[in-house]
Amino acid sequence: MSIKVENLSKYYGQQAAVNNISFEINTGEIVGFLGPNGAGKSTTMKMITTYLTPNNGKIFVNNVDTETNSMEVRRKIGYLPEQNPLYLDMNVLDYLEYAAELESVPKADIPKAIKKMVDVCGLGEVQHKDIGELSKGFRQRVGLAQAMIHDPEVLILDEPTSGLDPNQIIEIRNLIKKLGKEKTLVLSTHIMQEVEATCDRVLIINKGEIVADGSPDTLQSKFKGQLDITLILKKDSTDKALILKAVSSIKNIDKARILKEDENSIHFSLTGLKGSDVREEIFKKIVSMNMVLLGLHQEETSLEDIFRQLTKN
Amino acid sequence: MKNILTIFKKELRSYFNSPVAYIVIVVFLIITGWFFTSNLFISGVVTMRNVFDIIPFIFLFFIPAISMRTFSEEKKSGTIELLLTKPITDMDIVVGKFLATLTLTATALALTLIYVVSLTFLGPIDTGSIIGAYIGLLLMSGIYIGIGIFASSLTENQVVAFIISFLIVFGLFLLNKVLVFLPPELASVLEYISVDYHFSNIARGVIDSRDIIYYLSGITIFLLLTRTSLESRRWS
Repeated sequence: MSIKVENLSKYYGQQAAVNNISFEINTGEIVGFLGPNGAGKSTTMKMITTYLTPNNGKIFVNNVDTETNSMEVRRKIGYLPEQNPLYLDMNVLDYLEYAAELESVPKADIPKAIKKMVDVCGLGEVQHKDIGELSKGFRQRVGLAQAMIHDPEVLILDEPTSGLDPNQIIEIRNLIKKLGKEKTLVLSTHIMQEVEATCDRVLIINKGEIVADGSPDTLQSKFKGQLDITLILKKDSTDKALILKAVSSIKNIDKARILKEDENSIHFSLTGLKGSDVREEIFKKIVSMNMVLLGLHQEETSLEDIFRQLTKN
Repeated sequence: MKNILTIFKKELRSYFNSPVAYIVIVVFLIITGWFFTSNLFISGVVTMRNVFDIIPFIFLFFIPAISMRTFSEEKKSGTIELLLTKPITDMDIVVGKFLATLTLTATALALTLIYVVSLTFLGPIDTGSIIGAYIGLLLMSGIYIGIGIFASSLTENQVVAFIISFLIVFGLFLLNKVLVFLPPELASVLEYISVDYHFSNIARGVIDSRDIIYYLSGITIFLLLTRTSLESRRWS
């Protein structure tokens, strides 16, 4: 089940929430929309699920146009809107039954579909409770169960882990991974680790435009700039400027500066060139200067840094 | 049709699962009961007249109150987005909610049949006009519910929805009372729009197709307006 978006635009008044974006999602992919709040992630999802109509452009879900044949598209999609809206006064089983009926699951199959969702989403212990009594983690599971009750081929999840505690986040992520194996799955988030942990592919969206598209790994290697190195030395009588000059002279070191200084130590921040490893050189240099090395840490530019670079105003 | 039934069942259940339905029905019965018994014991006349006179007044508050949550609540909690992305049409949702609210009103009305039954023990009743009045009240409540649901679809604030629908309902109700102050050409047009005018025709026991058409077309207009209001999310 593929999703194809062509030159999609949506305006709220003068403001473009989504500005002429195009992309394609293939069957079975798990794709993450990553972007700051207000980037246009939710608006794009609302258009794919037919809640909103684009001002320009077209969306095809498995070659079916969302505008001319919205009912058929809706049947194929399972959707968890932002904030996971639920009927708090209904109990879990009644709600799942209602969702199944709305999705036109044949009457005879409804009990089976509900049972399956209760098992998959781990709702057994709360199935007779009112949704209003449930914790946020369980509510999220109910939202997911509701979205999947008709076994849709496409799942669209808008910020499925927002507002959860770390344990619940891990649980929901595992659940999503499990579900994503059989389905085309699109999820949105503003948390980088989420994308790294769950997605095959990332679309970074900023101000209504796609600024990057690729797997977490390729994005990282494509945008991988320099290395960030932190160096901590024990303070002694050696002149700071001299140390700075010495480290700067090491091959592949681009920049060096003093980060901070306290009673016993001096912290340096160094930048290494792409694809190099300068730790050994630094170590040798320090030893040759007869100084004591307290700490040395090297880090590649993370997806988080890429995200910040791409979405900074 | 199946989808309308799904929405209808869910809405009806949420009325009767919350205290709303019971409070509203009890208040309705207390007010109508007071008018029924006071008339019966004070003037000693076997008639439903007083009850049928007061119910249109009660409806002015009662119906905006029970229909104000229909869409406002879903808009506020965001469940409207779930509902509108399911494979059902907007009209199915509107009609399902309309029928559920109409059923609640019909339940309250049906409970007043107790008064009619007790009257039959006391003397002869005018069956024709009583049946007419019930049909008239049901149709009247239908048009009010249409207005209430429409108002509810305009805002996520239930109080605002209540005020909007009360103003429209009250305006339609009042229309018949101010006709005497207006020039006759205008008056005859406004008379046709007035809810009360058609109700008084039916309540006399004369069921004229013109009155029925008035109510049914009024209901249809407001349900279509509600659908348009739901669709307006796509216009921006």
